[in-house]
Amino acid sequence: MTVEPGAILSESVLQKIEAEAGKYPTRRAAVKSALRYAQAEHGWINEDVVSAVAEVLNLERIEVFEVATFYDMFYTRPVGRFPVRVCTNVSCLLRGADGIMDSLCERLDVEAGETTADGRFTVFPAECLGACGGAPMMSVADDYHENLSAEDLDAILERYR
Amino acid sequence: MSPICEIRVCLPPEGVDSPWTLASYRERGGYQAWERVLRNQTPREEIIETIKSSGLRGRGGAGFPTGLKLSFMPRDGVGQKYIVCNSDESEPGTFKDRDILRFNPHQVIEGMALAGYAIGATVGFNYIRGEYYEPWQRFEAALAEAREAGLLGDDLMESGIAFELHSQRGAGAYICGEETALLESLEGKKGQPRFKPPFPAQVGAFGKPTTVNNTETLASIPPIVRNGPDWFAKIGVENSGGTKIYSVSGHVNRPGNYEVPMGIPFRDLLVLAGGVQEGRALKAVIPGGSSVPVVPADTIMECTMDYDGLAQAGSALGAGSVIVMDETTCMVEVLERISYFYFVESCGQCTPCREGTGWLYRMIKRIRSGAGTDEDLDRLKSVADRIEGRTICALGDAVAWPVQSFLKHFRHEFEAMIPSREAA
Repeated sequence: MTVEPGAILSESVLQKIEAEAGKYPTRRAAVKSALRYAQAEHGWINEDVVSAVAEVLNLERIEVFEVATFYDMFYTRPVGRFPVRVCTNVSCLLRGADGIMDSLCERLDVEAGETTADGRFTVFPAECLGACGGAPMMSVADDYHENLSAEDLDAILERYR
Repeated sequence: MSPICEIRVCLPPEGVDSPWTLASYRERGGYQAWERVLRNQTPREEIIETIKSSGLRGRGGAGFPTGLKLSFMPRDGVGQKYIVCNSDESEPGTFKDRDILRFNPHQVIEGMALAGYAIGATVGFNYIRGEYYEPWQRFEAALAEAREAGLLGDDLMESGIAFELHSQRGAGAYICGEETALLESLEGKKGQPRFKPPFPAQVGAFGKPTTVNNTETLASIPPIVRNGPDWFAKIGVENSGGTKIYSVSGHVNRPGNYEVPMGIPFRDLLVLAGGVQEGRALKAVIPGGSSVPVVPADTIMECTMDYDGLAQAGSALGAGSVIVMDETTCMVEVLERISYFYFVESCGQCTPCREGTGWLYRMIKRIRSGAGTDEDLDRLKSVADRIEGRTICALGDAVAWPVQSFLKHFRHEFEAMIPSREAA
């Protein structure tokens, strides 16, 4: 299946992919960035995105698809506009991550891995996000929120609309 | 007793306003070393010798002597070579490189320029874990400033020397912190470790000779070149030069990064971090990130925090990621969580790791749920022993060491959860 990349990816995404590809001796090296740019516009990576990225970077579709499925930050199914990742690894566990996870799911009325009814958030239990000095912590979209207590959650979530 | 003080070499001094800017970095001597090298065309060998005699060892976990690693690169000038910075910090308990990138990005750039020059690389890549958005932004802003100031690019200061530097963001995969997995990922592939040999110094990024160093390692280089190797070596102890950033987390009053001389006694580090929370007793410490063997309280309290000191205690310095656990900690729960981590992060390439991590996790989970059997404890050890040393990369060892050490020191906690034992 070939697609016309311009029909799937915006001009701005295509330009950013070219800029990234220019850094490396191979176009393939730009694949993670390309998927990231495309995902930022589409919300998730569907088959058309995979095909378009493959076309742009002169790759086989499987070479793009295997990258899209290998890395946690790529979503190959629809997710909320603001993915929430609650670290549940050791340092956060020792400082109450379970309680944060439970309160968050209760407030948003979801189970871990589910998306809120309004499509704003998907809650993921996460592996260590490298902010153990601020445990317990979570990320919402690109932002880290550290030293959490259950009482903070409403105010934080309010910022993402 | 004299107060225990931080000595900041890789982190900027405390209380400095916007320490991540070029102006601020310059104020504390930043880029003097790089400009001197550009001006004098310092022989490459001289820089490598300086790093060798500083005693700097890799801060990413393995502790390999940095100068020696740089010297493995082919000396003949032909063909492209690369310097790669490993900022894919993902080992549970580790959060030092995040702060170096956020607060001192120019020192990483200068370190990469110096190391790149020393090995004859004109291009560098900093691979930053995908979740580190703010650190990546800071690093990108610093790159723009450095280019603007003529510190990166072609024919720098009319020396004929070129050095260009790019960042690449990861996308969420622990395994990409392994240097050959990182290179695969940098090339746009799945992050599956490569079989060695060939080593990266022969066949690295894009098939070219490459040196991969950790962020903290590279950030240590500018002050070493500026102040001399003896200055750095004297800060540390025999066999471990310089300062180390210890990331202290878990049950302490003041979790955070503390940059202190190598070889600080653990008890002093614990004081710096405010002591154990709520005045509780210390139970155990994982001193180098979740993969290294756990050390019981009595042993760690007598231990110094350097490569040799922790090896004597049966553990390892790793990345200096110190996870502190107090007397209320359930060691079975902690091991279950660690085992789950390696289970989900195994890249799936080697059978012992791909299958064994799942067996370990499921057995520990079963024990904690109260459905464990007498045989499970020996089976855990036997599975761990059969993963260790039988995989392409060190993730296999990282899986085995926690299981072996938790069972060695805290076997009674596991036994207490097995119903047949309880009745006996």
